[in-house]
Amino acid sequence: MAHSTPYTIFFAGAVSVVCGVLVASAAVALKPMQDANKVLDQRKQVISVAGVACAETAADPAAINACYEGNIREVVIDLKTGEPAPDINPEEFDMRRAFKDETSVEAPQNAAKVLRLPKHAKFFQVVDGETVKTLILPIQGYGLWSVLYGFLALDADADTIKGITFYEHGETPGLGGEVDNPKWKAQWPGRDAYNEQWEPAIKVIKGSAGPPAEAPHSVDGLSGATITSNGVTNLVQFWLGENGFGPYLSKFREGRS
Amino acid sequence: MDKKTKSTLIDPLFNDNPIALQVLGICSALAVTTKMETAVVMSIALTAVTTLSNLSISLIRNKIPSSIRIIVQLTIIASLVILTDQILKAFVYDIAKQLAVFVGLIITNCIVMGRAEAFAMQNGPRLAVWDGIGNGVGYSMVLLVVAFFRELLGSGKLFGINILTPVTEGGWYTPNGLMVMSPSAFFLIGIFIWILRTYKTDQVEAE
Repeated sequence: MAHSTPYTIFFAGAVSVVCGVLVASAAVALKPMQDANKVLDQRKQVISVAGVACAETAADPAAINACYEGNIREVVIDLKTGEPAPDINPEEFDMRRAFKDETSVEAPQNAAKVLRLPKHAKFFQVVDGETVKTLILPIQGYGLWSVLYGFLALDADADTIKGITFYEHGETPGLGGEVDNPKWKAQWPGRDAYNEQWEPAIKVIKGSAGPPAEAPHSVDGLSGATITSNGVTNLVQFWLGENGFGPYLSKFREGRS
Repeated sequence: MDKKTKSTLIDPLFNDNPIALQVLGICSALAVTTKMETAVVMSIALTAVTTLSNLSISLIRNKIPSSIRIIVQLTIIASLVILTDQILKAFVYDIAKQLAVFVGLIITNCIVMGRAEAFAMQNGPRLAVWDGIGNGVGYSMVLLVVAFFRELLGSGKLFGINILTPVTEGGWYTPNGLMVMSPSAFFLIGIFIWILRTYKTDQVEAE
């Protein structure tokens, strides 16, 4: 059955409008739930990498939010100087967007393949009253296939690692994807991020590293995933270094002593 | 249930399986089968999309001008896929995160498009729905079988629970690295087709 050209055009238009309305209304209607999920997921990651006591028992959204709000303080700093940025509301600050907006700058050549650096950065502190107990830094960088996004938790000495987690990556499941393996993540706590000269020294080595007391700066490699392992080393060192949170961390250490 | 309905629903499982016989939808069968969990969600998502796209295309099949029918089908399928993706992100965020780009790739899954063009354009909505469900389940079946073996042999787990405790966690099982890589899905699908055609000799192509 042949249809006339005007009918064909009308039909195409009608299908577009119907589908467009359907997709748009679903996107708008579900947006609040999706955003809540994203925030909740990030909060879950933050409290679990920080090792906050209530993180293990908090299962439902309300418990996670309560645990997060009771322990975590969000802080925004000027990344380059390490000074706090008091005029920015941490709750409204979107780190992902800060990497792309007009205040971001091109990153110096680096092994973690971070292309741009935000002017401001948001990180998290576990606080007990006014005492900072843990610093939780966002980290990201390139592995084998994908950018890995995660958090690194440091003790209040801004040196001893308390935990690491990656909440988003596209590495090969079973090989590089083992960055999610709790056994491997358990390798990190207790090791030192920096050497005596306060240079980032923690790295993922090939083979097995031994306990923290013997190998304070080394973590077991992921077998079959050398490039992902190197990527993790590069990105952790980048964010601990002078282009990352280095300036803030050295100020933080001075402030304490 | 009359005979025609029944065969429309049941045939795609073994007699006319979209993956095993029609060899459609292989791409996603490789990508999402490293774990049972993602395979299950992908199966549900694909079955829902095929069923709904078959239904909506069948409903307007006499109105679609044939010169633009492919693009109309694609528009409808794409909208349904975006809808599915949005729903997954809102209700099962963790799994949506793992499936990531693959849900979007349902658009390019040849099964959805193939059934719309080959079946829904010629048949009424009722039959088209059965056909969509049948093909979705036929696809899901292969996906789940492949994922079962890949997760079990590749990571020693099923649904993330240790079955064969791997040596890295103090067990005895050395995970087979090949199983987590895409090529293993080819082997498994090949074996699946082999077994199926040993029993259903009429599926063997003439030489």
